[in-house]
Amino acid sequence: MLESYPILSTLIWLPIIGGLLVLFAGRNNDTVAKWLSLIVAGLTFILSIPLWANFNYDTADMQFVEQLAWIPMFNVQYYLGVDGLSMPLVLLTTFTQVLVIASAWDVIKERVEQYMGAFLIMGGIMVGVFTALDSILFYIFWEALLIPMFIVIGKWGGPRRVYATMKFFLYTFFGSVFMLVSFLYMYWQIGSFSILDFQTMPLGMTAQILIFLAFLIAFAVKIPMFPVHTWLPDAHVEAPTAGSVVLAAIMLKMGGYGFVRFSLPITPDASMTLDWLVIGLSLIAIVYIGIVALVQSDMKKLVAYSSISHMGFVTLGMFLVYDIMQAHGTMEGAAIGMEGAMVQMVSHGFISGAMFLAIGVLYDRMHTRDISAYGGVVNKMPWFVMFAVLFAMANSGLPGTSGFVGEFMVIIASFKANVWYGILAALTLIIGAAYTLWMVKRVFFGAVTNENVEKLEDLNKREFAIMATLAIAVIALGVFPSPLMEVMHTSVENLLVQATTSKL
Amino acid sequence: MNFVIPSFAPAIPEIVLLVMASLILVADTFWSKRFQNATYYAIQATLLVVGYLLLTSFTAETVYTFNDSFVRDSFADVMKLFTIAVSLGVFMFAREYLAQHKFVSGEFFVLGLFGVLGMFVLISANNFITLFLGLEIMSLAIYAMVALRKYDGMAVEAAMKYFVLGALATGMMLYGISMVYGATGSITFTEIKEIIASGQADGIVLAFGVVFIVIGLAFKLGAVPFHMWMPDVYHGAPTAVTLYIGTAPKLAGFAMLYRLLYEAMPGLVTDWQQLIIMISILSMVVGAIVAIAQDNLKRMLAYSGIGHIGFLLLGVIAATDNGFSAAMFYIIVYAITGVAGFGIIVALSRTGFEFDRIADFKGLNQKNPWLALMMLIIMFSMAGIPPFVGFWAKILVIEEVVAAGFTWIAIIAVITAVISAFYYLRVVKAMYFDQSEIKGPVEIISPSLHWGLSFVAILLLALGLLPTQLIDLCYLSI
Repeated sequence: MLESYPILSTLIWLPIIGGLLVLFAGRNNDTVAKWLSLIVAGLTFILSIPLWANFNYDTADMQFVEQLAWIPMFNVQYYLGVDGLSMPLVLLTTFTQVLVIASAWDVIKERVEQYMGAFLIMGGIMVGVFTALDSILFYIFWEALLIPMFIVIGKWGGPRRVYATMKFFLYTFFGSVFMLVSFLYMYWQIGSFSILDFQTMPLGMTAQILIFLAFLIAFAVKIPMFPVHTWLPDAHVEAPTAGSVVLAAIMLKMGGYGFVRFSLPITPDASMTLDWLVIGLSLIAIVYIGIVALVQSDMKKLVAYSSISHMGFVTLGMFLVYDIMQAHGTMEGAAIGMEGAMVQMVSHGFISGAMFLAIGVLYDRMHTRDISAYGGVVNKMPWFVMFAVLFAMANSGLPGTSGFVGEFMVIIASFKANVWYGILAALTLIIGAAYTLWMVKRVFFGAVTNENVEKLEDLNKREFAIMATLAIAVIALGVFPSPLMEVMHTSVENLLVQATTSKL
Repeated sequence: MNFVIPSFAPAIPEIVLLVMASLILVADTFWSKRFQNATYYAIQATLLVVGYLLLTSFTAETVYTFNDSFVRDSFADVMKLFTIAVSLGVFMFAREYLAQHKFVSGEFFVLGLFGVLGMFVLISANNFITLFLGLEIMSLAIYAMVALRKYDGMAVEAAMKYFVLGALATGMMLYGISMVYGATGSITFTEIKEIIASGQADGIVLAFGVVFIVIGLAFKLGAVPFHMWMPDVYHGAPTAVTLYIGTAPKLAGFAMLYRLLYEAMPGLVTDWQQLIIMISILSMVVGAIVAIAQDNLKRMLAYSGIGHIGFLLLGVIAATDNGFSAAMFYIIVYAITGVAGFGIIVALSRTGFEFDRIADFKGLNQKNPWLALMMLIIMFSMAGIPPFVGFWAKILVIEEVVAAGFTWIAIIAVITAVISAFYYLRVVKAMYFDQSEIKGPVEIISPSLHWGLSFVAILLLALGLLPTQLIDLCYLSI
């Protein structure tokens, strides 16, 4: 029975249709809108669990495949499937979705149904991005996501929201159109839009380099990598809490996912030739952006920069394979870097989401994100600070939390590739701890600095539940990461073979 | 010399249109006082009947008649059907506008019907005379429609500009036609094609002829550098007329382009391809950049229309069957989107208030979320953002231009698409993020317009999700 049940389509269309329903049913009734959204999001998450339960660990092939002709004239297909690389990200998406809906419960007062509807629709589209195996279908989901996000940031965001949302939209759109031209070029070569066909087609070096660069622009903007990261702090700062969570936890992962699904397998030779570019930019992101984060006075901006820095690890881990091959002649060790990058993506999803939610909790009470407006919060909100400090520790990569696992694996792999990579990457353990803990000290500890802090109330039940869920996830992944890695293992091995097999 | 009675059957839709337009013209003079909407209903009924005739006699084979001056093929049938569909929508929107703004309506509809007749003739033309006849029937009707509101200075100015420049363009085109005729000795497209292919015609004269014909076409389509009339006419004309000009005639314009360049002169592809490449790139760039500076939505849509024509020409650059099919898909989508885009201005305008500034759309989401959502769909579809049908239109022409080996043009095209996204986003921004400047509710007064507009906007989404049939239709008919 489970074989024939279109689980991926359900995960895509249930939230989208649910979101439309919320738009109409909740128009004049916020309670209906909220509960309906929560039910849809919860149901989607529950329905996504069989993906893991029935996942076959022994194959790198696509699973839960759905394949239908969509536009036969151009061989465009409605083609969905997951492997070990995308399945965890799908689960991360459906999981985050529930938290996002819950986090907005009492906070959003204006046009609740549009807010909730937009997030549900986004959830469906994001699952679509991670499961699409047809490049046109992928592109459609990729671009369609911009529309609800544009509205969410622009409507419920902070004071400079219009500037931020325009910048966000145009940056991402600009990045992705070159990817579209690459798809069309490859279609013209082989007459198929299937990503799996792209992965096996032969490509000349010049074409590979151009396609690689086109992909790089698209994914680098999304991740974002230095120097095209400037939209992210703006978008994050201005977005409402849930918007920041979705941006950091999931949308950034789309860029990383793009590298493993497109860049490495489709243009392996160009990736090998230009890996220095990605590695260089990643190291700059890790070190330089980390230092930039240190001087931020706005909490959200600080976490936004720390996100960019952490995503540097993801790209670094993905592109280490070529240097490891050259240095040692084997792929041993490369898998650690790649898996570390994937673990880092999932873990960063939890941690950054948690950090933004924590800041959201404070913001809802004080309506400021300025670090200097706080001080001594622990005296008034002990439960909250317990969670917040845990997340901050995870953010700085404390062993025992999920933040440690991914970073540690990538650092090991980078030492294997080149000692200097390793040293630079390891610097993050210092820088990351510095900016996070310094913020923790200034905001949470010390004496109560002003009367606004004096009036703070501790977490309510809803907030407590959200925080506790995330805390469990962060610790569970930190002490027991092997289930996640087992899911990825076969696919990562396969990816490394693809990435190192010449297509010339 | 024996006289053969030509077969009238292929031209029955045109004949019905002509007869009905003439009858309604006469009837309108005496019934318009007593029955206000009689002309409107008569016109719509005529269009429906013609549409029915077309559907029932739809044929995949190519039939020539009237001594090869008239052709009926599946391309013609598809284009005519969409012309009918678009015109039905246009007239429906226009009627409410005319009623709101209280100006004489009978002439508008009759002229509109004559315009449709001109488009039909143009679409089916197989020689220069028929083509020119169709073009003039259409253009003269439109000149008069722009000037309908005769005490409005802006409208009269627009009509004057349109007429003078249009006449100039027609002159250019005739000049080119006469050169091609001089070189080949024929006015029938199918013969010209053979003569050019045989290499007997003088290449230099032909090349000059092509240049003038392309200039004329660019004028009519509103492509850069012959676009200057578009913003003024779109802005100056009553919105109902803008709605008419901006939609169905574009279909006919594309048909003209197809017949002239691809049916008559495919042998001169190297000559006209370079011209079209220049015109296409310039149109995309100017359309994208100049539209940013516009505060008036009609002007903005005019410049965006220029950009769209640039995109359409990408398919023409490819100069293949598939390229023209992609361009055909593009123009059909553009016409449908145009009905919605201008239609929303028509639907919201009231006596003494045109509702055509972007600022008028501020805060629409607060006042009328459904309408804002419809406008959002229209804007994103025009910008070419999936999942709306405008995305497929863009991707198909870009795919064809890549397949023709012009990847660099595709890259310019996508960059202009990003730039133009900015001004579409400005409208969305105004609707969703700004505070309204209008006191009182913003509503579409007539329920039929509300449903009509919703239908077209949702069609843009539906076609975006399931474009297969429309794509197949376009690819099979060329």
